[in-house]
Amino acid sequence: MNTPIIDDLKKKKILALLKDGQRVDGRALDEVRPLIIDTGVIPKAEGSARVRLGDTEIVCGVKIQPDKPFPDLGDRGIFICTAEILPLADPNVETGPPNEEVIELARVVDRGVRESGMIDLTKLVLIKDKSVIGIFVDNTVTDYDGNLFDACSYASVASILSCKIPKWEIKNDAPSLVPDSASAPPITTIPVSVTMGKIADTIIVDPNADEWKCMDARITITTNSAGNICAVQKGGEDGFTFEQLVKCSELSISTGAKIREILKQVPGGDRC
Amino acid sequence: MGVRKSDIVLLDDKGIRCDGRKIDEPRNIMIKAGVLKNANGSAYIEFGENKILAGVFGPRDVHPKHLANTDRGILRCRYHMEPFSVSERKNPAPSRREIEISKVIKEALEPAVMLENFPRTVVDVYIEVLQADGGSRCAALDAAAVALADAGIPMRDMVSACAAGKVADTIVLDINNEEDQEGQADMPVAYMPNLEKVTLLQLDGVLTPAEYKKCVETAINGCKLVYEVQKKALKDKFFGDSPQ
Repeated sequence: MNTPIIDDLKKKKILALLKDGQRVDGRALDEVRPLIIDTGVIPKAEGSARVRLGDTEIVCGVKIQPDKPFPDLGDRGIFICTAEILPLADPNVETGPPNEEVIELARVVDRGVRESGMIDLTKLVLIKDKSVIGIFVDNTVTDYDGNLFDACSYASVASILSCKIPKWEIKNDAPSLVPDSASAPPITTIPVSVTMGKIADTIIVDPNADEWKCMDARITITTNSAGNICAVQKGGEDGFTFEQLVKCSELSISTGAKIREILKQVPGGDRC
Repeated sequence: MGVRKSDIVLLDDKGIRCDGRKIDEPRNIMIKAGVLKNANGSAYIEFGENKILAGVFGPRDVHPKHLANTDRGILRCRYHMEPFSVSERKNPAPSRREIEISKVIKEALEPAVMLENFPRTVVDVYIEVLQADGGSRCAALDAAAVALADAGIPMRDMVSACAAGKVADTIVLDINNEEDQEGQADMPVAYMPNLEKVTLLQLDGVLTPAEYKKCVETAINGCKLVYEVQKKALKDKFFGDSPQ
């Protein structure tokens, strides 16, 4: 991939500013862009959210339906989280099968929510080993300005917090929908993903698209409501020292606590 | 990762794990460099029950050409599991898991390879998992790094990988398949032992901030043990049996 000249110029500017502890959009090094969350934007979905993180925009929907459990996990419901970057989000996106970046994005967002144990899947069993409730969380990126990991994660969490799980009762060994008796999901914790970039040994929180292009390495750390770490993913072409990894974990906990307060404002978010 | 009910005692009261190891003891590791005729560099690793083959080609011409970079070479990496490598037959097509692992392995090797010396070329790293056990991505990385060195590709440092994890509320080195399934956390780490940089870090499972620090430190110590085995493999290949 050849770097266009304009990107080289931007990179020089970003590096020069960072030497004085400044960022290209005027933020502090540990400052997250404005986060705006609207829920219930897709009434046909059981839960949904539109999230803007700076100029990155995600629309996320949760669909909930009975399904067969995984063969070795008959005592718990199914949780699957995906992500897709739409071609209208960025001129460089092409249609077709997902590339490795998109697959990594979906897996990291899924892992953060899953490993935190946010949803108590044992409460989603209809008939053990035969029929369980499946929660499918699909993120679509509609506008791109960097840091899709966190934006998709916040959209997923907001959609799950605000979703309603329909009620099924068992008739003739098959689940049958009970109308108008949906209830809140079994939530145990609110996971918050925080992505940090490393540019010339400076750690910045929530990199925007220009910063994303100049990063030497990045790390995404998800923390739960207790302030513990539940998922990590390092990426990029450079490494981190042990001291930098400890600093990133501390930043993820302090920044995560601030973001969690915003997520608690979402309908259903005040329960943890 | 939920803790599932199981009959396995992951850690007994003497601090011995389900496969008889101590908490800071890695599984047996054997690496052999230069095992393939056609590849420019290659390595075979046995890491516990993992059996993995890595082959390196290049620097060579890039196809398709538009992927070439005029400033530096590119690194491509494919991590692939054979259908017979696991208990239930695996579909031979690359899964999403394998595509993600290929990407993180590539990014773990990139900091070590001096790609700026080879503009417009590609170095291809092919990793084939013949038999999989817990920690296959770390074992794959260890073999791939030795294969790169065996190919004579200039490197800033070796890349050594080893996982640590949390089992029965204890941080342990190099978790095996049972500990991965039944344990509380799994953290694969890759490390450049001389430059002291972590080039791969993932985590599944819940750790307190103190446990996170201890887990990274434990894994780094494991990487240093692996580094000695990698050096020995290369010495054995190029200088015959290394002095004891």
